[in-house]
Amino acid sequence: MLNRRTFLGTTIAAGGVLAAPALFGQAKPRVVVIGGGAGGATAARYLAKDGAGALDVTLIEANPTYTTCFFSNLYIGGFRTIESLEHGYGGIAAAGVNVIHDLATGVDRAARTVTLAGGQVVAYDRLVLSPGIDFRDDAVPGWSLDAAEIMPHAYKAGPQTKLLRAQIEAMPQGGLFAMVAPPNPYRCPPGPYERISMVAHVLKQSNPTAKILVLDPKEKFAKQALFEEGWQRHYDGMIEVVGPDFGGAAVEVRPGTMEVVVDGTAQKVDVCNVIPAQMAGKIAQIAGVTDDKGWAPVDPANMKSKMDENVYVLGDSSAQGDMPKSGYSANSQAKVAALSIRGELTGAKVFPAKYSNTCWSLIAPDDGVKVGAAYEPTPEKIASVSSFVSQAGEDAALRKATYEESLGWYAGITADMFG
Amino acid sequence: MRAAAILALAALACLAGVSGARADAIGDPARGEAIFDKECARCHMVGPEARDRIGPALNGIFGRRAAAAEGFAYSKSITRMGNDGLTWTLETLEAYIENPKALVSGTRMNYRGLRDEAARGDVLAYLREWSDKPQNIPEAEPSALPSMPVLSAEVLALQGDLAWGEYLSAECLTCHKRDGSDEGIPSITQWPVEDFVIAMHAYKQSLRPHPVMQMMASRLSDEEIAALAAYFATID
Ligand SMILES: Cc1cc2nc3c(=O)[nH]c(=O)nc-3n(C[C@H](O)[C@H](O)[C@H](O)COP(=O)(O)OP(=O)(O)OC[C@H]3O[C@@H](n4cnc5c(N)ncnc54)[C@H](O)[C@@H]3O)c2cc1C
Ligand code: HEC
Ligand code: HEC
Repeated sequence: MLNRRTFLGTTIAAGGVLAAPALFGQAKPRVVVIGGGAGGATAARYLAKDGAGALDVTLIEANPTYTTCFFSNLYIGGFRTIESLEHGYGGIAAAGVNVIHDLATGVDRAARTVTLAGGQVVAYDRLVLSPGIDFRDDAVPGWSLDAAEIMPHAYKAGPQTKLLRAQIEAMPQGGLFAMVAPPNPYRCPPGPYERISMVAHVLKQSNPTAKILVLDPKEKFAKQALFEEGWQRHYDGMIEVVGPDFGGAAVEVRPGTMEVVVDGTAQKVDVCNVIPAQMAGKIAQIAGVTDDKGWAPVDPANMKSKMDENVYVLGDSSAQGDMPKSGYSANSQAKVAALSIRGELTGAKVFPAKYSNTCWSLIAPDDGVKVGAAYEPTPEKIASVSSFVSQAGEDAALRKATYEESLGWYAGITADMFG
Repeated sequence: MRAAAILALAALACLAGVSGARADAIGDPARGEAIFDKECARCHMVGPEARDRIGPALNGIFGRRAAAAEGFAYSKSITRMGNDGLTWTLETLEAYIENPKALVSGTRMNYRGLRDEAARGDVLAYLREWSDKPQNIPEAEPSALPSMPVLSAEVLALQGDLAWGEYLSAECLTCHKRDGSDEGIPSITQWPVEDFVIAMHAYKQSLRPHPVMQMMASRLSDEEIAALAAYFATID
């Protein structure tokens, strides 16, 4: 264990004496953040807020409003409006961040500049990348981004989420909903299964003879016992999961005829939610900070890219070890990175990194479950040091309290991100 | 019906002298009755005629979930803890009676606490006689009536470092809102420092239930808890 006194001693030496003078002669150190989601919004706001004017912070975000993926399944289930998931950047600008709504298209790491689609070139001393995920081409034979208008992924929230909900509402009585679940690693491990729960909840009321088919390439999935218990209790006989042993890993889709092909047999479906395999957001690939698996390896102690000491990578795009790709994780990592950057650029005191995560999922009305862990950096990776998970058979009062807690968390994290 | 059965059993046990003998390990029930009359009876009743008054009737309290008396209007805080799984055992009852707010911050039990360890043992020995099958209730557990959370005077006296607290607080603000609102998750701003420190140690020592907070608190050092308490006390 690091002793606090020795730790403070070393960082003051490293941050205050060595790094700061390297930047002398320049007005204010410049930090550019690409991506205003869970990781990027948090990082930009904390850098500006805690930097108290000592840093020049720019946030580059493609969209004028951010729709959270977290709770987007609750929108599908009818528990939230889409508006309640939308957040503007006014609070971040008010914290002193220069917010630019444009797409970053290039990163020149030698010149330390970012190019935007609009032609603007923005220089940085430190770059923070938190662009979320992109989908792998050819991940599911027959599916491409163009086909997402017919077979939505709804794994980036917004129009895709609305489309999926509209399709579910338009299903014929007794119809079939199919999900092609993603292989590991992907954002929000319980996300697909929370979604199945919400789809079942909607169908149970409006279309009780409908069926749900989950085609899954994985042997096991997050909180499986809890979901299976909940599905049996609330949606008995509605949901069928086809795992890899029965063809769940080799699925082809045919958007033209609305078919899924499993184990050589074509099956007609009414809605098909394809959640493809994922990789770091494209701009991280363009910046050249990703490895051959498509994710960006980082230093577990501070989220700094292993490829470039002037670049940090947060959230879903990063390969850091044990933390799941979640909004909570990205928010947690952003705070560690923001302090590390302030330490480097302004000589702020740097404290040892502590990371944590909790993911709540709603199975049915007032039936919430959670899983979480605390993490610490080791030389190899961010490692889980303790964890907990809801138990099967918990009583209704506890499940309701867990759901209410998740509402509190949503209010808390979005206030923490957007001010 | 069930309450009647419990009482009958308890009375039987008393008559037979069973519980008296067994309760020795906790304290003296006769002395406990006197202390109960003086300290608790203005709000609580226990025994055959017991009904809810300012506080709920305390028959059958051992082994019961917190805030589970049907029809009693409990505070939001103790209701939440009950939902989280706080159950009345020797340990949790002792902690609650010693310092109600340390265990349940927002409790409506407006009672400063029974600081005398022997007196707490006596009251609990008395209450235990009005619980279901007292012979099945564990007697003094191996750690014989620890006064929980176990905190030395030095730990309570630690001066928190504000800058450190501010950094550590970032982790808390993912859930607890800075503006002090409490939607689903309680407010932790502007607490008296000592209450905050005691509450955090109660999670750290698993006296308060709640897996998230136990995990959060378990990796905080005494200095870190002091720093957080100092910081959260100051933010507006
Ligand atoms: C259905 C579903 C449910 C989920 N539920 C939860 C949950 O309950 N709890 C939880 O913690 N997490 C949940 N998640 C996961 C969570 O949404 C992500 O892990 C989190 O958003 C990742 O944060 P990020 O900063 O890495 O990326 P994002 O939040 O995706 O942010 C990336 C941002 O970067 C922008 N961007 C990308 N490239 C560029 C570029 N080149 N130029 C400019 N801007 C760019 C994008 O527009 C976007 O705003 C869920 C996800 C899904 C899909
Ligand atoms: C000033 C009135 C008052 C006094 C004095 C008082 N209590 Fe309470 N007690 C309450 C109230 C009110 C509650 C309900 C708490 C809440 O809703 O937060 C309560 C709750 C309790 C509970 C939890 C009950 C449950 O159902 O979960 C126990 C146990 C308890 N008191 C024991 C005692 C004991 C033992 C004493 C004496 C040492 C005592 N109380 C003194 C008012 C009082
Ligand atoms: C993942 C969400 C989450 C995080 C992060 C979190 N808490 Fe909590 N906290 C909760 C919940 C939920 C409760 C209510 C628990 C209960 O019922 O006992 C709570 C309760 C508390 C309480 C007792 C409040 C009361 O009214 O009894 C304190 C004090 C507290 N937290 C402090 C902290 C501190 C300090 C941190 C940061 C180190 C922190 N919490 C981080 C969710 C969180």
